Amino acid sequence: MGLLTELRDSISRVADRLFTDSEPRRIGIYGPPNAGKTTLANRIARDWTGDAIGPESHIPHETRRARRKENVEIERNGKKVTIDIVDTPGVTTKVDYKEFLDHDMQKDDAVRRSREATEGVAEAMHWLREDVEGVIYVLDSTEDPFTQVNTMLIGIIESQDLPVLIFANKTDLEDSNVQRIANAFPQHETVPLSALEGNNMDEVYDKIAEYFG
Amino acid sequence: MSTVPEVTPGDDGVQIDLISGARMEGLASMEKIRLILDGVRDGNIVILEEGLSPDEESKLIEVTMTEISPDEFNGIEIETYPQSKGGQGFLGRLMGKETTKKLTVIGPANQIQTLHKDENLISALVSRK
Repeated sequence: MGLLTELRDSISRVADRLFTDSEPRRIGIYGPPNAGKTTLANRIARDWTGDAIGPESHIPHETRRARRKENVEIERNGKKVTIDIVDTPGVTTKVDYKEFLDHDMQKDDAVRRSREATEGVAEAMHWLREDVEGVIYVLDSTEDPFTQVNTMLIGIIESQDLPVLIFANKTDLEDSNVQRIANAFPQHETVPLSALEGNNMDEVYDKIAEYFG
Repeated sequence: MSTVPEVTPGDDGVQIDLISGARMEGLASMEKIRLILDGVRDGNIVILEEGLSPDEESKLIEVTMTEISPDEFNGIEIETYPQSKGGQGFLGRLMGKETTKKLTVIGPANQIQTLHKDENLISALVSRK
């Protein structure tokens, strides 16, 4: 009985995703803090709508609320793909306000920022379980991708059968190593880019259209 | 529900709770998360023989975030071996054959630090409170 119910639910979910194409799909931009998620979200939004989504910063947890940009219309090879972009706070399992003190912040501000950051991570997880229909997973290609947060999040995304693209960001930096990311997650396609410099954005948009159109 | 047997490690030790798969099997998701977080918030290292499902891991992160409190609890450090990819395709999940069994180590973020991790080995440094 349990197996049959699960089978029916799975088929129903897959069918819903395949055939309900009238609304733009909500694509969540996920990844660890400081991977460049908001820089990418802003790059996509500016390229196709003229507006940004939110402020960018080198201080971790700059994005502490999920932000949605609706009806981003991407045109590829004469075909239009419309998506909603959801820029989410960086996911982590720990937040210590003391790390913000290193960024010239007073204790009160650091504590407030850490509290908002924890709320933001919880919100991001909730969106992932309930409200996104595809995922762009952004990684800093200068960092080791083989972390527990990355492994867990990719596992969570896979368990929900969401389409996922992995973006190896910051290829403009000297220490960038895209192959290391491709090796860490060989079951998914890895696309190199620099969201800051706008490098390789043509391939980025081709893949977004292919995966989420 | 009975709790994990009480051990008093004293000032010099760190308590380690090894929780069997059988122990976790009968618990609801939130009971599992509570069992883990209650142990970790007491400064214990919790080792799960069979780990959590992806959905439970997602909820563990979410509940951990709601409990973080400045100067009191900074969150958790968690490590598992990477999941085996064999037989874990879409059809396997569709048929409910997905296995989530993976040894999992969870501890307070300010007391446990992962030194090395690869497919076969997790090496961690545990300090006292």
